[in-house]
Amino acid sequence: MDTLHLLDTFNLLPFAELEVGHHLYWHLGNLKVHGQVFITSWFVIAVLILASLAATRSIQRIPTGMQNLMEYALEFIRDLARTQIGEKEYRAWVPFVGTLFLFIFLSNWSGALIPWRIIKLPEGELAAPTSDINTTVAFALLTSLAYFYAGFKKKGLGYFGNYVQPEPIMLPFKIIEDFTKPLSLSFRLFGNILADELVVAVLVLLVPLFVPLPVMVLGLFTSAIQALIFATLASAYIGEAMEDHGHEGEGHEEHS
Amino acid sequence: MDPIVAAASVLAAALAVGLASIGPGIGQGNAAAQAVEGIARQPEAEGKIRGTLLLSLAFMEALTIYGLVVALVLLFANPFA
Repeated sequence: MDTLHLLDTFNLLPFAELEVGHHLYWHLGNLKVHGQVFITSWFVIAVLILASLAATRSIQRIPTGMQNLMEYALEFIRDLARTQIGEKEYRAWVPFVGTLFLFIFLSNWSGALIPWRIIKLPEGELAAPTSDINTTVAFALLTSLAYFYAGFKKKGLGYFGNYVQPEPIMLPFKIIEDFTKPLSLSFRLFGNILADELVVAVLVLLVPLFVPLPVMVLGLFTSAIQALIFATLASAYIGEAMEDHGHEGEGHEEHS
Repeated sequence: MDPIVAAASVLAAALAVGLASIGPGIGQGNAAAQAVEGIARQPEAEGKIRGTLLLSLAFMEALTIYGLVVALVLLFANPFA
């Protein structure tokens, strides 16, 4: 993805540009990193930290304002984790799932809601951090690590028993699944967010006023759904890794 | 870029998105039809059905998005250019 080139035709039009694959490169030692992703991620992280500080600064018995909002978010994430992971184990995973959800949600919406174009960069442009494949791959790999950790912690080496459940013939598919899970997680998020931004950009290019608005609203909706999907899938994978096959049916009831 | 490669890439990108949207289109139609049926049969379960439907629709949409990613790679990051 590093060598994405600009479609030359879009560059000729004067009033709007479509930039794909132009990055602001920062050199850290031997590494070349995409600076614009860092800037927007730091912004999102700062917003999240400030929101949590504002919510917990003076905790009231009857929540108001910021505290109310954050308690609502926490309850939402807790319910999500509980339905996917199960009543017994979900508590330890609420922070992980919640971090994923809040960061992805805010990144997606920051790309759509904040007029980043006002800030001029020497090269590239600011956009949602999740529209860069590196971010989403990092999240997906973290999710992989998390569910392996969950499985091994719960069952030890018995986790490999999962690979031959319910039938040993499933073994190759289960092994392939370990690779396709992060692949599909990362591509789904990246593709959706990039597609949203491209559609809006193309429409702005054609008709700069009012016409892109409905598509932008649709983009907000899909962005929120994608954050929800990512968090749901991450917790579903974690729950699946910890599922007990010894007592058939017990784990499945919690999933409904 | 070689004009033949460029033409083939543009065609392939169009085919990637176009073909990739057929299957998910049918699948999403089926899922939505079943969901409507379910709601008609049991209106009190509407909230649950809607949540599950949105989630599964997003899964199906991901298949088209894979085609879109291939198309974007062909257009913007063509390995054969």
